Amino acid sequence: MSDEKQIVKILQGNEACVEGALLAGIRFFAGYPITPASEIAEGMARRLPKIDGKFMQMEDEIASMAAVIGASLTGLKAMTASSGPGICLKQENIGFAAIGEIPCVIVNAQRGGPSTGLPTKPSQGDVMQARWGTHGDHPMIALAPSDVNEILEITVKAVNFSEKYRTPVMLLLDEVIAHMREKVNIPSREQLEIIDRKKTNVKKDEFLPFKADEDMVPPMADFGSGYRYHVTGLVHNEKGYPTSDAEEIDKFLRRLSNKVELNKKDIVIKEEYSLDDAKIAIVAYGSVARAAQRTVKLAREKGIKVGLLKLITLWPFDDDLINQLASQVDLIVVPEMNLGQMVREVQRAAQGKSRVISYTRIDGDLINPIEILEKIEEEMSQ
Amino acid sequence: MKNVIEKYIRKEMFPHIWCPGCGNGIVLGALIRAIDSLGWEKDEVAMVSGIGCSSRITGYVDFNTMNTTHGRALPFATGIKMSNPKLKVIAVMGDGDCAAIGGNHFIHAARRNIDITAVIINNMIYGMTGGQYSPMTPTGKFGSTAPYGNIDQNFDLSALAASAGASYVARSSIYNPNQGTRFIKKALSKKGFSVVEIISDCPISYGRMNKLRTPVKMMEWIKSISVPKKTWEKLSVEEKKDKIPMGEFLDICIPEYTDKYKEVCAIAQEGGGNE
Amino acid sequence: MVTKKDNMKVYQNEETKIIVNEEWCKSCGICINYCPKKVLVANEKGYPVAEKIDDCIQCMLCELRCPDFAIRVENRKKVANYNMKDGSLED
Repeated sequence: MSDEKQIVKILQGNEACVEGALLAGIRFFAGYPITPASEIAEGMARRLPKIDGKFMQMEDEIASMAAVIGASLTGLKAMTASSGPGICLKQENIGFAAIGEIPCVIVNAQRGGPSTGLPTKPSQGDVMQARWGTHGDHPMIALAPSDVNEILEITVKAVNFSEKYRTPVMLLLDEVIAHMREKVNIPSREQLEIIDRKKTNVKKDEFLPFKADEDMVPPMADFGSGYRYHVTGLVHNEKGYPTSDAEEIDKFLRRLSNKVELNKKDIVIKEEYSLDDAKIAIVAYGSVARAAQRTVKLAREKGIKVGLLKLITLWPFDDDLINQLASQVDLIVVPEMNLGQMVREVQRAAQGKSRVISYTRIDGDLINPIEILEKIEEEMSQ
Repeated sequence: MKNVIEKYIRKEMFPHIWCPGCGNGIVLGALIRAIDSLGWEKDEVAMVSGIGCSSRITGYVDFNTMNTTHGRALPFATGIKMSNPKLKVIAVMGDGDCAAIGGNHFIHAARRNIDITAVIINNMIYGMTGGQYSPMTPTGKFGSTAPYGNIDQNFDLSALAASAGASYVARSSIYNPNQGTRFIKKALSKKGFSVVEIISDCPISYGRMNKLRTPVKMMEWIKSISVPKKTWEKLSVEEKKDKIPMGEFLDICIPEYTDKYKEVCAIAQEGGGNE
Repeated sequence: MVTKKDNMKVYQNEETKIIVNEEWCKSCGICINYCPKKVLVANEKGYPVAEKIDDCIQCMLCELRCPDFAIRVENRKKVANYNMKDGSLED
């Protein structure tokens, strides 16, 4: 398919995710049936065997995550997909991927929670889980596209980041964009930037599997390539062996988080709409950002200077970006399909430079543009 | 005997962390001797473990090694084997690791008949956490969480593996390392999911609570409960109660998972399937 | 004859060499207890001492059952091979 020119198709969000993943080089997928993510597994089951890729339906979510990590260690780009209840189960091994620095992508097609919650309705209730779901301080990259075309593009980015930074990357969809059908431009592989993990080239007996380069990321070696080494979920030294040395522990854990935090400039993807002269800014992500984009238009028709900062990268969180925005506007509105999760990050980063308010909805329905506008008008009248 | 052990261990990691008399080292020895006798290259072996004392085993051997999360050795191993079927993949687990938290993975790895060798070091207790009873603690024995005696039934792990779809199943003990080595060698040579359960000791945790405080006392106890499979079959139900049969329980040739997946790829690439 | 090198104690006669790694040995007593010819006795630290090396039949049980890879038996004339078929030793 690589030599074909750009194709335009009507695709479901989950299908676009499959297209993006395969273009980015995903060759292993393990999953477990769950609404509203199952179409990703179904697509992979159909497509991967055609290109000598590996698809596995595992016995549970935990095993899916484990198999993905095992596959990645042999050199395949690997992915799994699930939704809230399944993501809960995967957290154990997401932590393992983080500490073992094993590239992998986890798709979370968010549905309402907690627990079984609202299986067929959208939610953004997992954005904090995406950041802090597994225990302990750890790096996390989470990306949230807001339309089907963007799902394809951002899936490619998710795979790229996982490979570049040797870390699990969470792709946050929601039930609506996962199931919605839209026009998608499917690019050829040549039109895309595809990143493969750094491979080591040192002599086999000199290989230190967890010795990082200047970018804080250690070059990797595939299992079976002749570089024999140990991967453990225990805090380890550069050789990969468990350590209880305070200095080694501190150095390792700080590097682990910093390789993402200090490379924020590369990882943060955002879009700005009409912010130049805005007095009011909406900060939104995922499918809510679609509604917010419309709100901007409606508000401006009424003469209200509203702009939108659409966050695609949720984690790492770009404090500076928000801080700058807060010094530029009088009011920031954060609409979310949860009880106000990212709004706390925005409030923290704004440091009081502007008022930050939350608009929330958790009834399983989408937030519509008019609601956001009404919230803005209500705030303006006070 | 030539000293095969040194060729395969990460010497800088020794002496190991296991307690005096712990069977983990005996099983590791048997495993190394079996691998050596097959003439495998170290580069082509991937060894995966979960959590617990026994799972530290992967840190000590010079293969492609992975010490994963509790109970999950087999799904990690499955990902490795599926992605690179050329690798010889071995999962080493403890009894709590394999039969409790990893029980589901165990039966499903067997069901797929994926070419992985599972070595289960069964010391009938959670040793690392201080002697809590495991699904393999015999009924009536004591654990730190069974101070009045264990009321749970214990699994017959070998029977479980055989009924779940494995290709090769055998049980031995640390008392009989020759037999253990032989069974492991056969398991490693088997194309398909193979299981070797090794009855082991834990003088510190199991022994302390069950009046078997020394390694020798534990070894004697293992010897006393072990009966060859053929003898066991002739015992009455009452006589079987406190005994464990030793030997090979299953050795069959059935289609292996990664081979079957190659067929899936062929069908997909020829445009077959239900589309 | 006993020699010592890097915590390795070497006991040998014309036939047999028994090497004990005292750095790795944890004095569990398994090798001593199960030596069929009672070649080994414990010293004050519990480490095995090959006091009756002339009685050693090179059955290898001490080596095979040692949980710490701390004892090794070598045939000085030829290296015995482990027969994988029946689990016995062939020489």
